[in-house]
Amino acid sequence: MEDIKKRIAISKLWNNAFLIVGLLSTLIGLVLLFALFIDLFIEGAPRLSYKFFASFPSRFPEQAGILSAWVGTSLVMLVTAAAAIPLGVAAGIYLEEYARKNWVTGIIEINITNLAGVPSIIYGLLALGLFVYFFKFGESILTGGLALALLILPMIIMATREAIRAIPNSIREASYALGATKWQTVKNHIIPYSMGGILTGIIIGLSRAIGETAPIITVGALTFIAFLPVSPFSAEFPFISFKWLLDPFTVMPIQMFNWVSRPQAEFHVNAAAAGIVLLIMTLVMNAVAIYIRYKFRKKIKW
Amino acid sequence: MKQKTSKKIKEFLIETVLFLSALSSVLITAGIVIILSYESFGFFKEVPIKEFLTGTQWTPLFAEPKFGILPLVTGTLLTTFIALLVSLPLGLIAAIYLSEYAPHRFREIVKPVLELLAAVPTVVYGYFALLFLTPILQKFLPDLSGFNALAPGIIMGIMIIPYVSSVSEDAMKAVPMHIREGSYAMGATKLQTAIKVLIPAAFSGIAAAFIMGISRAVGETMVVAIAAGMMPNFTANPMEPVQTLTSYIVQVSLGDVPHGTIEYKTIFAAGVVLFLMTLFFNIIGFWFRKKIREAY
Amino acid sequence: MSETTIHEKLKAEVKDLNFHYGNVHALKNINLPVAEKKITALIGPSGCGKTTLLRCFNRMHDLYPHNRYEGEVILNPENINITGKDIDPIEVRMRISMVFQKPNPFPKSIYENVAYGLRVRGVNKKSMLDEKVEASLRGAALWNEAKDRLYNSAFDLSGGQQQRLCIARALATDPEILLFDEPTSALDPISTAKIEELMLSLKKQITILIVTHNMQQAARISDYTGFMMLGELIEFDKTDKIFTAPSEKLTEDYITGRFG
Repeated sequence: MEDIKKRIAISKLWNNAFLIVGLLSTLIGLVLLFALFIDLFIEGAPRLSYKFFASFPSRFPEQAGILSAWVGTSLVMLVTAAAAIPLGVAAGIYLEEYARKNWVTGIIEINITNLAGVPSIIYGLLALGLFVYFFKFGESILTGGLALALLILPMIIMATREAIRAIPNSIREASYALGATKWQTVKNHIIPYSMGGILTGIIIGLSRAIGETAPIITVGALTFIAFLPVSPFSAEFPFISFKWLLDPFTVMPIQMFNWVSRPQAEFHVNAAAAGIVLLIMTLVMNAVAIYIRYKFRKKIKW
Repeated sequence: MKQKTSKKIKEFLIETVLFLSALSSVLITAGIVIILSYESFGFFKEVPIKEFLTGTQWTPLFAEPKFGILPLVTGTLLTTFIALLVSLPLGLIAAIYLSEYAPHRFREIVKPVLELLAAVPTVVYGYFALLFLTPILQKFLPDLSGFNALAPGIIMGIMIIPYVSSVSEDAMKAVPMHIREGSYAMGATKLQTAIKVLIPAAFSGIAAAFIMGISRAVGETMVVAIAAGMMPNFTANPMEPVQTLTSYIVQVSLGDVPHGTIEYKTIFAAGVVLFLMTLFFNIIGFWFRKKIREAY
Repeated sequence: MSETTIHEKLKAEVKDLNFHYGNVHALKNINLPVAEKKITALIGPSGCGKTTLLRCFNRMHDLYPHNRYEGEVILNPENINITGKDIDPIEVRMRISMVFQKPNPFPKSIYENVAYGLRVRGVNKKSMLDEKVEASLRGAALWNEAKDRLYNSAFDLSGGQQQRLCIARALATDPEILLFDEPTSALDPISTAKIEELMLSLKKQITILIVTHNMQQAARISDYTGFMMLGELIEFDKTDKIFTAPSEKLTEDYITGRFG
């Protein structure tokens, strides 16, 4: 008995030691994230001013700004969202609601899982070969936006499917029992009820796209752009122009990369400032996504 | 009656559009395979595969170019290895802690916050590796060069923790309670139960998580492009600068390499190697995930 | 309940035990003697608290929050209250083993399943483990079926074999009391008969407490039976007495199948 008591004491000691090790391991990443945030803030905050957002890049670090970068990011995101959201949601709906279990569906499923694991830079190579040279879109906003759309497509498809899968079958049966067609069921029930999950997936996908650098570099975005694309809005008819789609561009993460890569420490201040903007953008998007998920989960209980 | 037919046509058209959307994902994969093979085919017409796979010098942009991919592969493996040394143990321990020890509320708060680690743009992590971690490490390791494999490897590891911990934790949570009770009834502590019963029981899921982490580290680009230097060193020394497959592609893309030249084609050759490496890990991961579904 | 004193040596004794799951008062003033090297059965309709009572004996309730014991479960010969706050649940579980309703082997080999409790106790000597594993598998009447595949996964065994493996696992650490929580409810009649036979042979060395839904089972194997309902022990007596001449109306109604 004494032996066993000793044994228990040893086991418990290990167990309690793990309590501390486990807590530290869980928190170390968060602590570092926090350290990163503080470090970026201390370095970059002095540069954050209206001028920083309203200036083009420059050879002089204190005059350089992110105007072309944030405009570029916004326009690229517009293209990405316009391409990836309808395609991804439609694919997700098909796979959950329409697809029969056969080899075509099987291949599509395996394929999507695999695509989610393909490195982003490979999408860049695909876009380079396909959009830049084959379709001759050039090193343009359209190319960049489509490259990122391909990248986040699997994420949106998977999020859509997961959201739809959470809807119990009884809802579908109730709709069919009232004589609804498949599409009416999807339009009136499936899409509205899975909206929370789909929106969450879309926002997380777009936040991932905003921070992506590698594929955009690969398709040949420039790192130094001192002009803006053609404005999408014009004074005369038809008021909207799509010329900007084929303009050269840069985006936020590339601007930051460019500044980090320079040897002069003054540019690192700019990089930190751009990093703050980028970090806040992605963290806010993720916070919104988490909030939406939470909100919808509370609202709908099966 | 007529209304009924038009309704049917509408239903059919919608289903077709949805099907084509789903099919688009297959076209993406096909596109990747075709573009990579087409462009690298041109490369392998000029560079023998044997030289490519066994050469230890990679200097395609020099006057006298050498096309041995090994330095890029070892660079990739070295940074990946360092990242795994950080992320696998920390991720697994965090998963055990969150699944078995942490109070419910703590877990509910910490899990989504931990996932934010994966949401931070990698270029920001690159900044952190180069301008924050490397100077700190240099205080302890005076021999560490300004660009090195160590700092980006560590940062990548931290970045990957949530990938590893989240999937591992789900796998452990999925182990039925009566298996745990069987262990506790034998007088085991939580730690003994976790190590001796839950890890074996959740093995497939944990393996899938690890593989996902590896694949992620192999494909990571910006952190290494910024902080590892762009030097294709054939070395296993983490103190030295290295170049990975991904950062080589970035380096070439940043310059002005004309379309169709051999230099241009090298990035597709590097891309093929990278794609095959991640495909290999994805297939293993897929196999493990399939096994999870069979487990209980 | 009518006071019944039994003239046996007691291995354990429940005294005025109350148990709460949060706000639910699950066990009410239970008094139950557990005779040494006998089989004591607990019967009663679903939700009557019989499993809850069983799980007090090895402190399984401590795994979940908001559970509270009041009163005593005395373990002899030391005469200690094993539900006391000063007693470590792990220590209790090392002396009192449990076999669950659903076979729950670990995802390990047959050998490692049986050796588990010993390894938890820090025993790692191969010769000692070999000896114990064989003895326990023999004790659980599984040796002949398992001896040629000790290193195969425990999941390769049939349901009934898995349950006997779980019994072997519990036996390996020489427990003083063995708790059975409806051990045959997931098994076919042939496996059930084997396990009942096994329990009868085990009681030569071990005190057994079994919860069962199956009244015939209690009648067949137990020496003493307690009938529970709505968290109370309605009647406790020698098994033949309970099944032939119960003194409580409720017990009679239950065993004659009028409800439950």
